[in-house]
Amino acid sequence: MSTDDGIHVLIPTPLRGFTGGEARVDVHGGTVGEALEALAVKFPGLGERLHDEDGQLRRFVNVFVNGQNVRDIAGTATELSPGDEIGIIPAMAGGDAS
Amino acid sequence: MSDAASQIEGIASFSLPEAMRAAIIEQARREAPRECCGIIAGRDGMPTRIYPTTNIAAGNSLYEIDPAELIELEFREMPAHGTELVAIYHSHPVSPAHPSATDIALAFWPDALYLICSLQKSDFPQLRGFRIRDGAVTEVPLVP
Ligand SMILES: [Zn+2]
Repeated sequence: MSTDDGIHVLIPTPLRGFTGGEARVDVHGGTVGEALEALAVKFPGLGERLHDEDGQLRRFVNVFVNGQNVRDIAGTATELSPGDEIGIIPAMAGGDAS
Repeated sequence: MSDAASQIEGIASFSLPEAMRAAIIEQARREAPRECCGIIAGRDGMPTRIYPTTNIAAGNSLYEIDPAELIELEFREMPAHGTELVAIYHSHPVSPAHPSATDIALAFWPDALYLICSLQKSDFPQLRGFRIRDGAVTEVPLVP
C-alpha cells in the first residue's frame, strides 16, 4: 500500500523479481542509505544487488533522488523528506577492450 | 522470469526494422571513434521505437548510457507509452560484433537483447544480437 509519509522507490525491471513484480514500493528512511537498507530488509536478496560487502553503493548501480544522481549530491548520506522519490537504475555499460 | 524474458527466450530470431538498423549504423559512424549507445523500446518483444542515448564513458573503448537518461526512459517515457525495454545497442568501432569480456561482465539487463554494431570493416558494418545472461552468451539472429 502507498503511504503519504513514506519514500517512494522506483524499482527497475531487472530487480522486480525481488519485489514480487512491484514497480514502486514505499519505505521509510531519513537518508538514501536508510531507505535502501529498509528496502533490503523488506526484500531479501535485493540489498546485495545494491551494495558491495562494505555497504558502498555498487559502481554500476545509480540512485536518483527527485531526478538527481546521489553521486552528485551526498551519496548514501543524501537526506530525504517524506514523499521523496528514489529511482534505482543498473548501468547499461560495457567495453570494447579485452 | 518476466514476460519479456520468456518472449525473447521463446523466439529464434529478433525482428529489427530496417529503419532502426540503418539508424544504429548511422549513429555508430557519426560517433566513431567513440562507441555509440542507445535502447530500443517495444511491446511483446517487438521493437516500436529507438532512443539514441549519450555515452558518458571516457575514451573510445567503453560505453555507459547516461543514467539520468535511463531513469527518464525506464520510469517515465516507456511506461507512458505502454512499452518496455526490448534491446540495448552499442557500437564496436574497431572490433568484431561480439560481446567483449567487459560487455558480458556488465550485462545487468538479462531480459534485453544486446545489439552490437561493428565498424571493423568500414564498408560493411555488421550488426548482431545476443542474449547475455549469467555470463552466458547466446546469439539471436536478426531478421528485418
Ligand atoms: Zn562492447
